[in-house]
Amino acid sequence: MATIDHPDDESGVHVTPFPVIEPGHTFDSVTDKISALTLQRKTPIAWFIGFFLSFMLANVLMLSLTYLVLTGIGIWGNNIPVGWAFDIINFVWWIGIGHAGTLISAILLLLRQSWRTSINRFAEAMTLFAVSCAGIYPIFHTGRPWLAIYWLFPYPNTMNIWPNFRSPLMWDVFAVSTYASVSALFWFVGLIPDFATLRDRAKSKPFQIVYGILSLGWRGSARHWARYEKLYLLLAALATPLVLSVHTIVSFDFAVGLVPGWHATIFPPYFVAGAIYAGFAMVLTLTIPLRKFYGLEDFITMRHLRNAAKIMLATGLIVAYGYMMEAFTAWYSASEYEGFMMKNRIWAGPYWWAYWLLILCNVLIPQILWIKRMRHNTTVLFLVSLVVGAGMWLERFVIIVTSLHRDFLPSSWAMYRPTIFDFSTFFGTMGLFVMLLLLFIRFLPVISIFEMRTILPQAVVKEEEEAA
Amino acid sequence: MHIKDTLPELYKIRRPLKTEDVRARLAEKQGKEYWRSLDELAATEEFEEYLHREFPRQAGEWDDPVGRRRFLKIMGASLALAGLSGCVYQPPESIVPYVRQPEEEVPGKALYFATAMPHPKGATGLLVRSNEGRPTHIEGNPDHPGSGTPERAPDQRVAGTDIFSIASLLTLYDPDRSETISYRGEIRPYTSFLADARTALDGLKAKQGAGLHFLTETITSPSIAALMKQILTALPQARWHQYEAVGNNAATAGARLAFGQPVNTVYHFDRADRVLALDSDFLAAGPGDLRHARDFIDRRRVVAGKTEMNRLYVVETTPTNTGAKADHRLSIRPSELEGFARALAVVLGVQGAAATLTAGRTDKIDAIAKDLQAARGKSIVIAGDYAPPAVHALAHAMNAALGNVGQTVTYTDPLQFYPNDQPVEQIEDLRALVGDMDAGRVEMLVIVGGNPAYDAPADFQFRERMQKVNMRVRLGLYFDETSEWCQWHIPEAHYLEAWGDTRAADGTVSIIQPLIAPLYKGRSALEFLSAFTDTPEKSGYDSLRDFWRAQPGMGGDFEHLWRRAVHDGVVPNTAAKEKTVAVNANWANQPAVANAQAASGGQYEIVFRPDPSVYDGRYANNGWLQELPKPLTKLCWDNAALVSPATARRLFNVGSEEAIATYKGIEYMAPVVNITFRGQTVRAPVFIQPGQPDDVVTLHLGYGRTRVGRVGAGTAQQPVGFNAYQLRFADAPWTATGADVKATGETWQLVGTQLHFDMEGRDIVRSETLDDYRRGQSDATSETVREGAGENGGHGVGREGAGVGKEIHKEPAPDDTLYTGFAYNGYKWGMAIDTTACVGCNSCIIACQSENNIPVVGKEQVARRREMHWLRVDAYFKGLAENPDGVYFMPVPCMHCENAPCEPVCPVNATVHDAEGTNNMVYNRCVGTRYCSNNCPYKVRRFNFLLYQDWNTPSLKLMRNPEVSVRSRGVMEKCTYCIQRIQNAKIDSEKENGRQVRDGEIVTACEAACPTNAIVFGNLNDPKSRVSQWQREPRNYSLLAELNTRPRTTYLSALRNPNPELQGT
Repeated sequence: MATIDHPDDESGVHVTPFPVIEPGHTFDSVTDKISALTLQRKTPIAWFIGFFLSFMLANVLMLSLTYLVLTGIGIWGNNIPVGWAFDIINFVWWIGIGHAGTLISAILLLLRQSWRTSINRFAEAMTLFAVSCAGIYPIFHTGRPWLAIYWLFPYPNTMNIWPNFRSPLMWDVFAVSTYASVSALFWFVGLIPDFATLRDRAKSKPFQIVYGILSLGWRGSARHWARYEKLYLLLAALATPLVLSVHTIVSFDFAVGLVPGWHATIFPPYFVAGAIYAGFAMVLTLTIPLRKFYGLEDFITMRHLRNAAKIMLATGLIVAYGYMMEAFTAWYSASEYEGFMMKNRIWAGPYWWAYWLLILCNVLIPQILWIKRMRHNTTVLFLVSLVVGAGMWLERFVIIVTSLHRDFLPSSWAMYRPTIFDFSTFFGTMGLFVMLLLLFIRFLPVISIFEMRTILPQAVVKEEEEAA
Repeated sequence: MHIKDTLPELYKIRRPLKTEDVRARLAEKQGKEYWRSLDELAATEEFEEYLHREFPRQAGEWDDPVGRRRFLKIMGASLALAGLSGCVYQPPESIVPYVRQPEEEVPGKALYFATAMPHPKGATGLLVRSNEGRPTHIEGNPDHPGSGTPERAPDQRVAGTDIFSIASLLTLYDPDRSETISYRGEIRPYTSFLADARTALDGLKAKQGAGLHFLTETITSPSIAALMKQILTALPQARWHQYEAVGNNAATAGARLAFGQPVNTVYHFDRADRVLALDSDFLAAGPGDLRHARDFIDRRRVVAGKTEMNRLYVVETTPTNTGAKADHRLSIRPSELEGFARALAVVLGVQGAAATLTAGRTDKIDAIAKDLQAARGKSIVIAGDYAPPAVHALAHAMNAALGNVGQTVTYTDPLQFYPNDQPVEQIEDLRALVGDMDAGRVEMLVIVGGNPAYDAPADFQFRERMQKVNMRVRLGLYFDETSEWCQWHIPEAHYLEAWGDTRAADGTVSIIQPLIAPLYKGRSALEFLSAFTDTPEKSGYDSLRDFWRAQPGMGGDFEHLWRRAVHDGVVPNTAAKEKTVAVNANWANQPAVANAQAASGGQYEIVFRPDPSVYDGRYANNGWLQELPKPLTKLCWDNAALVSPATARRLFNVGSEEAIATYKGIEYMAPVVNITFRGQTVRAPVFIQPGQPDDVVTLHLGYGRTRVGRVGAGTAQQPVGFNAYQLRFADAPWTATGADVKATGETWQLVGTQLHFDMEGRDIVRSETLDDYRRGQSDATSETVREGAGENGGHGVGREGAGVGKEIHKEPAPDDTLYTGFAYNGYKWGMAIDTTACVGCNSCIIACQSENNIPVVGKEQVARRREMHWLRVDAYFKGLAENPDGVYFMPVPCMHCENAPCEPVCPVNATVHDAEGTNNMVYNRCVGTRYCSNNCPYKVRRFNFLLYQDWNTPSLKLMRNPEVSVRSRGVMEKCTYCIQRIQNAKIDSEKENGRQVRDGEIVTACEAACPTNAIVFGNLNDPKSRVSQWQREPRNYSLLAELNTRPRTTYLSALRNPNPELQGT
């Protein structure tokens, strides 16, 4: 099944410089090392500092949202014509980040890419937390969130009023909620055998009880494993189309509108590629420090980082193609509004800097990854992934704000400026994200223990013997 | 002396606790206040007494053990209840049904009453809507010559009105109006004032009133004039002065120059084919503007096969709405105006007009003169109220030379009332008063209305000199700058609160009928001035009726005639009689009047103008007017020094005028200059006005108020505008030569609702010349001329877009779709707007605001681009910024698209189409995603980003239209085509055996307010309706038709009628 002896891409030598797991590990050592993170190792002081800071930021989010609900959307910079700004930029950004998780866990599982094993748990957690952050925006960006939170769902009511099924925002509700529930389920199912491991290894009563409940009575019987494998595969199959559908539907929020700069057929693939791009950038941004601080270099090897970098490079090129096609279509359509939109975006408008920063972050800088030496340098990788994250945020800024601020009638043109509350909400969600992530690192196995065991050479040998 | 000592019996009468008092108190509060009980809040005497008595009333209870317990219980309960009442918006009130229902009053059904608003430019006849006794909306009176069309058959009459009349509703309910009589800041009863005044009068009587001076605004009320005469007869040495900051002194002086006597000029634009305006904004300001606009535009309307238009030449010193409508516009400096008029007069053969003219303009003058002469007896030369008297005289002479007198121009006696019927120039009149005050000859000064401490010429130092007067009494709507310096302040009744009469620009008298009892016990000028007669407490109603009973025209059955006059809103046969006057042969040799100002060094000329929105400052506390974007700059909440692009470049030493403004975030920070004239300096932000002559600075009056109310005064850090009166001198009221302008390096935030005035070559306002239009008409079969007959009749396509050389966009054919369209079988509402007819007067915006309960958001929110106007009037400049070829106004309400882009994107179905084709907002359902606004290509949707509506101020609750929801925060809103009016008309029609609603039965608020009938609304399924006819016109087009939104609101292109001889010059 899993092989580690693929010829290295560049050298062509039949030696693998970067295995998916460093040699010398046994079933025991893998289990020990990963479960120790939650059960035995002393929580490092850095964790407490990080948790404190992110918790504070999450409180900033809470305060911002409270003030928002009490006062109104007017505390943000949104206006007419720029009805959407940071709220939807952040929503799309967070949703996009979530994509890498599902891609890694579902699509790579189906494609039998065994290297996914050591990062899938982490990426899935990241997906869930990113979707939680994203979910805040569509609810709270409405003028009356206390109604929006349920009026957008098609619940039966005596008034016989249904949501508008023609609205892309309605589709968003379905797409995002499905995505969130499938991701959560997938993640939880994948955790069950590890919960059982933790339950068995936990020394303190409370941990035994909590992990015991969470492991749903897992005993590791062959029947359990058979059912587990079937379910996991099914869920992976369910989650796979979601990778494509969620961001496609998110892109419909724009593509269905008639605003020049939104109304483009290229949006769905371009958004999906952008989402995976941003997602892998986030995976790298989080994994590189994590493996360093927790000494997980054995499990998350350079092979993983290298592959992630390659995916970034590929999706980055798709995104660059998207930018090109946007400009081409604007010219080829001969529509004066589209033409003006592009002109305004690139040089004539007041937000030209955002466009060129975006090109710099998303198109130019990532090209450095073509160079092998750079690709294998974790510092460079980390910096590039940060730049791509910022670039993808700018992409949504360019699409949303610069398209809206000058549309059809020049009389209504206006400028947009974010307020302190736009920033506090954005940074607040970052705090929430990091806080959830730190809790995850502390209390759950960040790497799938049992799956790691299956990629040990010992496991392979045994399987091969059986096959023979 | 305390009131208790003067009138002890009055003081003892227990005043019951009234909700009005509580409300009035609440209205004064600026923020959250805490009070212990409603009594304290209402500041009743009992509570005061309770506070001050050593032993409160219940102190005796302490001795009785049972009573003490009861007392504590009651105290506890009342404290708790006081707290409870703080939790609701308003103290509980009982609703009592009518015991005796007022005549014709059906609860829920509005009644309309005729009245008129007095205004220095002439009264506007009004119909005021009253809902259960509360005036809620103001429209023009079709029977009134000022706002309506009484000369037409009764069923053909229409009316329009101006922004000041409509917005006066908000002034009525303004919580900042003065509410109490005060003496040196202490609250007093009226009787106390009367006692004081009588004592003073008794002393003055001995001197036949010498030392008693009255200062009023321009009096156009016959009854007040009669009352003043009565006072002056009793006290022959008393003086009556009139001063109006924005008066038409120059016109009076000019008439005197030309005819040797002052006359009132009446222009008949309905008979004029060629019009030359010499610095006159006759379409949107000054006496008779509504009438002028209607007559002028009717003569210009190219519909129903008519292809004749009048032609308008405008020579002006600062851009105005009239200049925006000009077929040829010439922008000159104020100092050049008289030279131009003289040169033209020479060419027209006016005797005695010697000309010295700047070279280079002669060809234009010849062409204009030729064109005017070709229309002898059918042309008008009109000089603006603010042009120098010599220009007025020249205009009179030119009209005489062109044979217009008696045809398009007629004369009557002056309309204002003067003491001894001797017309006095107001500035000289005020100068006399100031001289008397300075010399200590004034013992008692009674200021009725006006605001001289704020708006008197700077060299009069009115405020300082006022203080030399012993007793200063003021009647005013607000406790303002003048009241601040008067001992006595008496709150004035709003015109909607009191009986009165007033004259329109043609002399027709209207009876002012009150719509509501005075909210704050104010007194009208008529009632107040009675204090100086033998019947000091005579009611205004009695005074008025007594006056009219004595009039010769009201003989016979007075009661019948009176009721008729009150009902119709006009007193029949009161228009001023035409009068024949001849131009003096030697008028040109007379010494020039008020034109001899010495240049004082600087190179700039200042043009003073009343502000288009707040006028002379009297509307400074009116939020609707403050937030109303000014027609050509779209600025609100501020005035600015308007300069030309070249002047701006020189002033700030920059290469491009765009470089002068800085941005702080998105805040537009205009550079501030110091403008110095004769030693006086004001700080003013600079705004670039295309079409402004170079080296001319236009300053609008009416801003920089210091004592006015929470809306108009602003804060010390952010005042609302600057006070241009500080630079205004008695001998240079309208133009000042030799001012100095220096950049300061400081900035000032300006806010506007439109920042981009260039169409960017897009097909937005279509314009074409009359000749091209005629050619297109005769060439109607050509494919290139007219494309695609839409279902609304002809979606005619204009021949020349506003964009140069642009291909005109086509609306996709209705059958270019797989879906079958919705069949509108019943009504199919639509609107058409004629951009040729729109003069940009903004009446529609204010009417919409009043009708639809639209909130005011304030300067900071406008800066963030969150203004709430459902209807806006876009202005686009065509051509060069230095001297634009034209300004195009485009009112933009909701288009009610058949394929509305807002509808499919709303996730909760809060914006939906109805079976009659209107696009409706369901506020209750809206969750506020703002997606609809993003997707609206016309950007007509408005979002309640914050709680913009004032839910607390009680007086404002009375003002609202009960038929329109008051929107709360988080909800999207937009134009509804006044759906409440549609429903009312449909209900009425269904009661009459289900007949169809007749065309014209539904009049939207904007349509009703429009003085030029630029907007029509009606049923598109009725081929005979006006809107159907307009939409079949070849000029009809849909805005952004290529998006296939299929708007129900369409536009008629803007036609111009340039003189072929002047083309290309």
